[in-house]
Amino acid sequence: MHEWALAEAVIAAASQIAEKEGLKEVTEVKVRIGELQQIERDIFYFALRQLKPAKFEKSKFDVETEKGRLKCRACGKEWPFNKNKLDKDSAEAIHFIPEIAHTYIKCPKCGSPDFEIIEGRGVWLQSIKGVK
Amino acid sequence: MVDPRTAVINERMKEVARIIAVSSGKGGVGKSLMASTLALTLAKKGCKVGLFDLDFTSPSTHVILGIRDAKPKEDKGLVPAKVYGMEYMSIIHYSGDRATPLRGADFSNALIELLSITKWGKLDFLVIDMPPGIGDATLDLIRLIKNTEFIIVTTPSQLAFETVRKLASLLKELKIQIVGIVENMKMTSNKNVQQQTQKLGLDFLGTIPYDPEVEEAIGDADKLIETAFAKEVQQIALKI
Repeated sequence: MHEWALAEAVIAAASQIAEKEGLKEVTEVKVRIGELQQIERDIFYFALRQLKPAKFEKSKFDVETEKGRLKCRACGKEWPFNKNKLDKDSAEAIHFIPEIAHTYIKCPKCGSPDFEIIEGRGVWLQSIKGVK
Repeated sequence: MVDPRTAVINERMKEVARIIAVSSGKGGVGKSLMASTLALTLAKKGCKVGLFDLDFTSPSTHVILGIRDAKPKEDKGLVPAKVYGMEYMSIIHYSGDRATPLRGADFSNALIELLSITKWGKLDFLVIDMPPGIGDATLDLIRLIKNTEFIIVTTPSQLAFETVRKLASLLKELKIQIVGIVENMKMTSNKNVQQQTQKLGLDFLGTIPYDPEVEEAIGDADKLIETAFAKEVQQIALKI
């Protein structure tokens, strides 16, 4: 249920932007979530709906998932993040703190834990639209 | 694109009265022992205390306090584990005893994630055990939590104090509150560190003599709090 905490962050950041841009009403919020977050989308949508302030009453929330992609800094190998290759506890640990991937995942070519999460990490507020 | 997580960090900290980072320019000076013992001391005095181990790549407060199975709970975020009457958060809840090698950007991301999802609740003190130096942890903490105060730990060694001087000068330049400097592992009676602290215009919080019994108390919080080291930390706690 830490989806709720991330949804709170999205609402807080979107509210700040709406305030700064002088929007009276927000009509659309686009969010991108990295696959490593392993967010339960239903809970996340539910939390967004429950947390939205009056200004967001008619807002559509568009949440897109970005596939995870990793690149080894030691040998250059690129590979996709695959939750199914992890046991339940490791996947759950990465769900809470995606950087914990460096604890449980190694480069499939050279075995190094020194890789970059090139795609699929984090929660990003892509855009918000509204009426001034 | 905006990272929304930072927008909620101050909200998470709004009920924390004081945030005290136990820091140093060098490793091995006793920061983690100081942070753990200070948190225990404040909790035993009846304060509401949180202890956050920010040394993600080399966490040790769980070893010092003998924390094994405690886990944060999920409740619309993460509610820290409860240990010895304190709220406790460490990366070891997720990494266990495995190595977690993190480069700077990964460290920052992990820190932002934990700060944005951890619900500390109402605290009198949040004690943070910092990794050594003036790298990502120090810069991120200053950037993300505006009212952080620092306790700086040194040993009598000029090598340690030289790095402390750099840390103190950075914090002063950035107008960050420094509670004071603690001299740990003292084995002589000279007053070099005390005098140099005063020259920096900072408060000298106290001297902690080298205590060989501390090593025996590692892993046992009840034993730790009875050591001569802890008695000195209790005196320092009165000054913060």
